[in-house]
Amino acid sequence: MTKIGLDGHDRGSRLVANFLRDAGMEVVSTGPWQKISDVVGLAETQAIDVIGISSLASDHRIVPKLMAALVARGLGHIAVVVGGIVPDNDLDLLHDAGVSQVFHPGTSREEIVGKMQQLAADAQMSELGTL
Amino acid sequence: MTGQPKFEESAEYAKARRQWEADYKQQLGDEEPRRNRSGIEIKPLYGPSDWDGGQYLRDLGFPGQSPTTRGIHATMHRGRPWSPRLVVGLDLPTDYNARMRQLYEIGLTGLYVAPCNSHMRGFDPDEVEPELLGTCGTVIASAEDMRICLAGLPIDEHSVSLGCSAPYTLSAFLFATAKSRGIPWRNLAGTTNQSDYLSHYTALHMFFRIALSGQRRLMLDHIEWMKQKAPRWNSLSIVGQHMQQAGATPAEAMGLTISSAIQYANDMLERGHEPDWFLPRFSYFFDISISFFEEIAKFRAGRRIWERIAGERFGAKDPRSRRFRFHAQTSGVDLTRQQPYNNIARVAVQAMAGIFGGLQSLHTDAFDEALGSPTATAARISVATQNILRDEAHLDDVIDPLGGSYYVETLTDQMEAEIESVIAKIDDCGGMYRAAETGVVQDMLGRSAGRWQDMVENGDQVVVGVNAHCTGDDPIDRPPAKEHLAASRVEQYLAEFSAYKRDRDQTAVGRALDTLARACNSENENTYEQIVNCALAGVTHGEICGRVRRELGVGEPLIVP
Repeated sequence: MTKIGLDGHDRGSRLVANFLRDAGMEVVSTGPWQKISDVVGLAETQAIDVIGISSLASDHRIVPKLMAALVARGLGHIAVVVGGIVPDNDLDLLHDAGVSQVFHPGTSREEIVGKMQQLAADAQMSELGTL
Repeated sequence: MTGQPKFEESAEYAKARRQWEADYKQQLGDEEPRRNRSGIEIKPLYGPSDWDGGQYLRDLGFPGQSPTTRGIHATMHRGRPWSPRLVVGLDLPTDYNARMRQLYEIGLTGLYVAPCNSHMRGFDPDEVEPELLGTCGTVIASAEDMRICLAGLPIDEHSVSLGCSAPYTLSAFLFATAKSRGIPWRNLAGTTNQSDYLSHYTALHMFFRIALSGQRRLMLDHIEWMKQKAPRWNSLSIVGQHMQQAGATPAEAMGLTISSAIQYANDMLERGHEPDWFLPRFSYFFDISISFFEEIAKFRAGRRIWERIAGERFGAKDPRSRRFRFHAQTSGVDLTRQQPYNNIARVAVQAMAGIFGGLQSLHTDAFDEALGSPTATAARISVATQNILRDEAHLDDVIDPLGGSYYVETLTDQMEAEIESVIAKIDDCGGMYRAAETGVVQDMLGRSAGRWQDMVENGDQVVVGVNAHCTGDDPIDRPPAKEHLAASRVEQYLAEFSAYKRDRDQTAVGRALDTLARACNSENENTYEQIVNCALAGVTHGEICGRVRRELGVGEPLIVP
């Protein structure tokens, strides 16, 4: 669970990280202001299945660059989800880049936990398939 | 006084009250207790046994008189209606200027400049991903950008509020703009709206990567310089809005804000200043949630507490030192992406709470803020909402119209007690600076945000369109999104920025930065004097922040789970 780019508002990312932990998932969370290269490095060393990007103030617009950087490091099996304020006219940008899911404000905890568990299982299967 | 027993002590009263209690219980049975966001239990009825009028002069007083519960000015909104002031920041400086001119025509009187997040992290626009420029504020990196933003706008007639964090380059750029327009600095009125570095550090991490101790120094220098060079300027705006948006309850947000004010006042006393020299320029900025009566009580209680603390703890004699002047913004957290037009109703209710709470300046959110940056239409509706509340509903007719309400007065007393317990907790930590450094505040915000989320998840708190009264996706519910700034315009801006840097007097730039560095390393010099000189010499925002970081240290967010 992380925030890339420039924004610092972390109410959402702290909440989601905590309730994924409560649901029994192993969560690595960072503070805001992360560089894409930092997130890729962390994904590699911590054997991450799903990356959650929290975005309030348009940092979602550099998520396609994160996706490209993951593929370049051979980490294409990792699912990426974005949560927060994503205007309708940016949804294609994210889906075309391969983002698995966009969680808009008001999404229930149950829905987020269920989807993250499913994506994590899929990512583990996909990684096994590539070995 | 007549010596007669109070009405509520009479046998008649007791009988009537017992009858009502019996009727109520018979019809509703045992109810689940209801609580407001600050955790105070809310009863179905309030009367003289809850609040008996207290001692009017001690607890309420007249507007403009101690303890200012009813308002800080004798005339309040009759004498001067609140300033409709929108946080405006979008795209490039020319776009900001066009949006502001539109809003001015329909009644906005307060200017606000919100810079984009490249600025908020202390970068120049050529140092960040171009996709992020101008997306959540205006790109402003130099005095030249500020000049374009404010061209033709009456900065000498209306106050200008700046979304400006340490080292306060936006204010410096504004002062450079004023100089180029021949406006004396002494005439400028406005607010360094984001000067409260502790709120940034604890609640939202919107600071310029400068060490906490360095930000403390910069802010105190800023207050001193403004007092001497621009005495009408509010150099300090203490922000409870950040904390409430990050999860604090209304009582916690008010308590933490007053604790920050105490910290800053103590820091100024330590520099050898008299309280009445600096306290009159303290101002505040709060969130207004949709918890209507709770917000009204929060503002009334906060005003009374600060009036007392300024007098009793700091010994302020000047009544202006004890005035709790505040701007407030309707809460974005309460707005929903689902059924977004409902947000217009939410904002109107929030705004009314702020007005009845006695605010001096008001930002009403655009209804589409849960979807993205506001469109021009949504911004116009938010200004119109204020015009309607003032001119059609006449909410400016009566000062403190809810004063004397059994409920509002009881709740004001209860909120006061809650707020004071937060202040006591922070006092016990050794003050707000220490509480921020050790993560105590961040922890409080995270816990309260979690409790709120639990209430929404389990349905204890209804959010229309989210967990109740939901509808399917209806096309009529989807307003158009704001169009993105074209990449070609960003490229053109960056080319102009590069030309601006190339064509400056490079010797003057180097000299201004070196002088700033020396001031940072000398306790006897004022850093802000040199930051203004940098702005006048054409030094850019990123260059100023970079040099300050090098001299005063780099800061990172303190992360609490």
